[in-house]
Amino acid sequence: MTTLAMTTGFVLILIGLYGALTNRNLLRMIVGFTIADTGVHIVLVAVGALPGRTAPILDAAVPPAEALARIVDPIPQALVLTAIVIGLGVTALMLAYAYRLFVRRGTLDIAKMTELKW
Amino acid sequence: MIRRLFVVLLLAVLGGLFLALQLGYVPDAQLNQTAAYYAEHGAGELGAANLVTAIIVTYRGLDTLGEVTVLFLATTIIGLVLATGRATISSESRRTQVSELLTTGSRLLAPPIMLLGVYVFINGHLTPGGGFQGGAILASSALLLLLAEPLRDFSHSLIATVEALSGSIYVLLGLFGLVFAGGFLDNRFLPLGTFGELFSAGAIPLIYSLIGLKVGAEFSSVLVHLSATDTTEEQP
Repeated sequence: MTTLAMTTGFVLILIGLYGALTNRNLLRMIVGFTIADTGVHIVLVAVGALPGRTAPILDAAVPPAEALARIVDPIPQALVLTAIVIGLGVTALMLAYAYRLFVRRGTLDIAKMTELKW
Repeated sequence: MIRRLFVVLLLAVLGGLFLALQLGYVPDAQLNQTAAYYAEHGAGELGAANLVTAIIVTYRGLDTLGEVTVLFLATTIIGLVLATGRATISSESRRTQVSELLTTGSRLLAPPIMLLGVYVFINGHLTPGGGFQGGAILASSALLLLLAEPLRDFSHSLIATVEALSGSIYVLLGLFGLVFAGGFLDNRFLPLGTFGELFSAGAIPLIYSLIGLKVGAEFSSVLVHLSATDTTEEQP
């Protein structure tokens, strides 16, 4: 199960990077980055998942006394929560910049933006 | 095409690295030291049933404050980027046809969605969820309202006030922890209460609710900014 999740995550990262690197349309590049982002999240959660254990939430089913032997690692989950929120902020920022570029240039084609080309 | 070949080559190398990582990965049988500490002492020390919340709000509270700051910065920059040079939008140009179903449906759905968001962040220390998730749900109801009534003017000052107030009180509560308990953002200056009850875990529900309000306000302001620029501006 962990292997499957990890493989999915790695494949998503590769797909996302491929999309971001080969597409010339800014919006498609942003979508590529978002997919790679999701892949990173899946890999992180998979690293924290221990086989045969349950979510790190204590209640009647998992009393605090048994927590040590029965829950998965909560730290990667907390990290991924942070990563998702930051990822959203970054995506929104990228979209805002893409919008400004479109308003200014009338195009989203990265090949037409030649100022930084050398 | 030579460029695409480079990309494929690069990704093949990266894929090889990932494969090596994956093949060499052995899942732990036991929790590592830090995780074991949180699992053993988290519930007793902080009184939060959801250990992820305990880590985010208290053990790594400072990091969360940084995260909220990053989000705030991103929102502010988006506002700045989208606001500069924005054409004055007449209500005429924003008039779009909205279907009757969407308008009526949003009136029915928006309040329960907001309620769900509040429920999610108030119960963040007991159930899956918390301030960030609840805030996102709050913002989704704002999105629904924006879709249903594009002409409605969302109060920027209200959103900014909620955001500023919840952010300042969040820091203030952190300082309370410094003065009345063990350290910055320590939740134990309020009684821990009974484990598993709504009013338990000291200041965690309070802090997470403030985070929820702040995140909800920030996401809403991003949505409002993006929708306010949803006009056909003349290209230069």
